[in-house]
Amino acid sequence: MKVIAILRSWVIGFFRFWYHFIIGDDWTIAAAVAMGLLLTAILNARGLQPWWTMPTVAIMAIAFSLRRTRRRT
Amino acid sequence: MSLTGALPILITAFLASMVEAIEMVTIVVGVGVARGWRSTLIGAGAGAGVLAVLVAVLGLALRSIPIGPLRLVIGTLLLIFGLQWLRKGVTRVAAHGLAGFRMRQPEPQEWTGEGIDWTAFVVAFKGVVLEGLEIAIIVVSFGATTNRLDAAVIGAVAAVVVIGVAGAVVYSRVAQIPRSLLQLAVGILLTTFGTFWSVEGIGVDWPGSDASILGLLAVYLLTAVTFIIFERRHVLGYATAA
Repeated sequence: MKVIAILRSWVIGFFRFWYHFIIGDDWTIAAAVAMGLLLTAILNARGLQPWWTMPTVAIMAIAFSLRRTRRRT
Repeated sequence: MSLTGALPILITAFLASMVEAIEMVTIVVGVGVARGWRSTLIGAGAGAGVLAVLVAVLGLALRSIPIGPLRLVIGTLLLIFGLQWLRKGVTRVAAHGLAGFRMRQPEPQEWTGEGIDWTAFVVAFKGVVLEGLEIAIIVVSFGATTNRLDAAVIGAVAAVVVIGVAGAVVYSRVAQIPRSLLQLAVGILLTTFGTFWSVEGIGVDWPGSDASILGLLAVYLLTAVTFIIFERRHVLGYATAA
């Protein structure tokens, strides 16, 4: 049982490390990037050239994240 | 000059690595001053070895992946990193201007025993590996996506050497480097390349091809300046009200 508990804490620690490393302290940025890329892929599949989507989403994500940070502090 | 050629990749890798290298060097020099140099340098060397192996293995592994999906994954990763750095850079420059990296002064506890001081070894090793992991990922990302791993590695190693030498010669000066401004500049660069590659990885053509990188750079620079002005007003307004 002790071995399982140690393994479990290692696995949790491993995923927690990568979550904090990639997602960071504001998950909304990663979520916005994922949504933006999905939207870009959909518009691209419909024959449009949506090169403007991702820069727009990125600027909105920064604005939203800065607002969240300000509210928290 | 191509915007995804050797020189832009080298400069971006250099600047990105510099930000993390400042923290890495302050940890290593701090531990060295406090606990003694021998074990600290062995720990830092072991950490650097782990990172070198990681870059070599990841660099070789990524070569076998088709360029489209590779650009999408790496661009997405760089975009997330870049936006986080950009936000932190905006917040810190707005709040503290060009202040350097604040750090605690180490309390001298020189190791007097025989053999390796494992505390110094582990702290230096962890400092190098954890702070260097982001450098390694950025180097591999830029290197693999542009097929310029050599330029990215040279940029990163140069940054670590420059900051390392500066740290060894004048410890207190490293803390005065305007890290927030560097973080902001690198955030803009990573966001620019991340946007370009992730969108290109989906199969969208950029107007003007590589030249649109300059357009993205200008847009994100303008965005950062605008947000700094807004944040600065908020910080000053808050300070006046208090």
